[in-house]
Amino acid sequence: MTKPANPPVVVSGCHPAPAGSASPPPQVTPTTAMIRTMGLVSAICGLIIVGAYQSTYDAVAANKRIATERAVFKVIPAAKSIVEYLALPAGGIEPRVGAGDTPIAPGAVKFFAAYDERGQLAGIAAEGAAKGYADTVRIMFGYSPSCQCVVGIGVVAMRETPGIGDKIITDKDFLANFKALDAKLSADLATLANEVKTVKHGTKANPWQIDAIAGATITSRAVGKAINDSAQALLPRLVPNLDKLASKS
Amino acid sequence: MNPATTKTWDEFMEGVWRQNPVFVMVLGMCPTLAVTVSAVNALSMGLATLFVLVCSCGLVSMMRKIVPKEVRIAIYIVIIATFVTVVDYAIQAISLALYDALGAFIQLIVVNCIILGRAEAHAAKNPPLPAMVNATGMGIGFVIGLFALGAVREILGAGSLFGVSLFGPDFQPWVIMVLPPGGFFVLGGWLLLFSWIERRKQRRLTEATQNA
Amino acid sequence: MTQPLIEIRSAPHVKGPRSVEMIMRHVVWSLLPICAFYIFQYGISALASIVVVTATCLLAERAFVRTGTQAGRLADFSAVITGVLLALTLPPGFPLWMGAVAGLVAIALGKALFGGIGFNVFNPALVGRAFVQAAFPTSIATYTPSFLAGRFTEFIPSSLALPLMTPAGTADWLQSKNLDALAGATPLAKWKFDGVVANAIELLTSLSGHIAVGPAPALILLCGVYLAVRRFMDWRIPIAVLGSAALTAWLLYAFDAARYPNPFFMLFSGGLILGAVYMATDMVTSPVTPRGMWVYGALIGLLTVVIRYYSGLPEGVMYAILIANAASPLIEKITQPVTFGRGAPGRSREGSPGYVSRTDANAAIPKKRFLRNKPKK
Repeated sequence: MTKPANPPVVVSGCHPAPAGSASPPPQVTPTTAMIRTMGLVSAICGLIIVGAYQSTYDAVAANKRIATERAVFKVIPAAKSIVEYLALPAGGIEPRVGAGDTPIAPGAVKFFAAYDERGQLAGIAAEGAAKGYADTVRIMFGYSPSCQCVVGIGVVAMRETPGIGDKIITDKDFLANFKALDAKLSADLATLANEVKTVKHGTKANPWQIDAIAGATITSRAVGKAINDSAQALLPRLVPNLDKLASKS
Repeated sequence: MNPATTKTWDEFMEGVWRQNPVFVMVLGMCPTLAVTVSAVNALSMGLATLFVLVCSCGLVSMMRKIVPKEVRIAIYIVIIATFVTVVDYAIQAISLALYDALGAFIQLIVVNCIILGRAEAHAAKNPPLPAMVNATGMGIGFVIGLFALGAVREILGAGSLFGVSLFGPDFQPWVIMVLPPGGFFVLGGWLLLFSWIERRKQRRLTEATQNA
Repeated sequence: MTQPLIEIRSAPHVKGPRSVEMIMRHVVWSLLPICAFYIFQYGISALASIVVVTATCLLAERAFVRTGTQAGRLADFSAVITGVLLALTLPPGFPLWMGAVAGLVAIALGKALFGGIGFNVFNPALVGRAFVQAAFPTSIATYTPSFLAGRFTEFIPSSLALPLMTPAGTADWLQSKNLDALAGATPLAKWKFDGVVANAIELLTSLSGHIAVGPAPALILLCGVYLAVRRFMDWRIPIAVLGSAALTAWLLYAFDAARYPNPFFMLFSGGLILGAVYMATDMVTSPVTPRGMWVYGALIGLLTVVIRYYSGLPEGVMYAILIANAASPLIEKITQPVTFGRGAPGRSREGSPGYVSRTDANAAIPKKRFLRNKPKK
């Protein structure tokens, strides 16, 4: 509880008599009085903060969980519950321990295994990010192991121009790209067989291509790149271990 | 009305109207311009600031006798920062979407000059009750200012108010209104309106005294 | 409005018929053939757009002049020029209500706020366009091809959108005319997003067929020459703008011909010619010193090419001119001509008294403005 009191004391120690006390007769408050008051104020404030933190902790954690679940359920409609996993850089996966803001190991990729009401694997959800027109576009995409394809996307965060770039969440033709976007792995399971790529509006020819929105090409490309980068990093580690995820443990 | 009530009312109305922090003093412009893209955001930001303002002015006023003047600013900042942290947790607990929309501007209430200004200029010299009345007035003035901006920007920028569509699905949004320049344009428009009202009142007053 | 009885002006005391009103009237005349050809290209929608935007500008000007806080009068034609130029920079099928918003913003924000003609920092027409560009980015990028059949009897559907409502898309309408939606892209947008460079003749006149260009550049140049010859416009600025744009584009073209289009395409696509001849030369917002004009024009040309090549926007003339407008007081300051007999700056002759300002000499300073309701400080 005394921790917040320390820095201000150092400050007042450096300036024992501030210039503001010029009016005659100069009254200099003794240092002990200053320290005493600041200590008192800091103690009160510390108590208030601890109280606020304790009383909101559960609600904040629940809110964060609901937000993540909602994002996953949006891209995998059949899902009813989720488990958070890490795909390790050496290959292999493990359930993530310690939710919330605990840092993850460098190189590890976070993903969510989504289960339906019977506890069977409904799909995998992962985040991807790429530079858009204004700022980084962060998306969540759902991956279905049965068809080896991307089955839905949702936007986690973006600052694209309203009315143009933000059409990626409303444009029906664009979202139709993600009903079954091919994301098969190559034979050696090291990379995607075909890179997921955004192509110019009206020129989609293959199931792994994304038809861009006319007028919002840069944002559309960012979505494609985000999916591709994330899938390239995640799927080679995930696919060999899919049987571990088959049902909810 | 007895004189005491009149004085309290006067203290209250000072912040709401005569010294309105947004339209008259033009203080706290950072959140005013940044988070007023919708009426809900503007209102929540205003209420968060109101809460911090009232609580910190109350506490500052209670402590005014024991705070040495050499360290008063440091103490005020500690007190203000405390209540900002409380608000920060509270908004996270209420709605994460709102928390993301308001972004860093919740934490930045600490450096909102309205609050430090009230603490230094009023709360430090007055007993808790008048200090809190005055702070409430200021805070409500700020809420009104933010809401005035947020409402106009949401109506033109999204065709809705509090998320309720006003013009039907065919409305053409004015993209500029939800972008940063829109904040400046709308603020400029409101300032223009208020100074026009003020000037007209002054002119009427001078004409009345000349005629009399 | 009451005219002041005595006008106090600083030198030079030129006697001549060249009033603001007269210059403006000639500029309007020179714009008429451009408008006529523009209407010939795009039909009744273009006519409606010009009429509505100009009328809004005039109404706004009238309202502001009536408050008595403005320099200038309604009859000085400046609002007409603002309106016509603004309409020419907008797509022909731009919704009329948005055109009215643009006109209102142009006069209110671009001109009246600063105190009327002669006081504005930025070109009012471009202020209006910049506002609608930011507010309605989709509509302002929706061009339709010129010389469509039936253009004199039928509006482009987006023109007639109800106020505050989204205009109808032009794609279906174009399809009914057996054109694909891409025919509506401007040459600059086609180059920026598809890498297609339009050929020179098409750019100059758009006579050869369905290509979405704005007002014809060749005609604008011709009208510009008339203005320059009659000395209603300074020839240095357009030459500097076009010269510097051509030079920058040519250097880049010589550097990598595959990546950058030829200089001719740069000059004659988009609104560069219109901007160089009519927007950049606005007397209020451009420098008055001859050397300053060269600097100012060169800045516009350079910025235009840089914005076109390296930004997300296909067109950069508007922002280039607005930036140069903002820089013109600074340009004027650093390009002050040397007083006769004083030598180059920094090398003033010994014993010369140097500049003595009115305030230094305690001279009486004449009151300059005679505004009825000029706001008191």
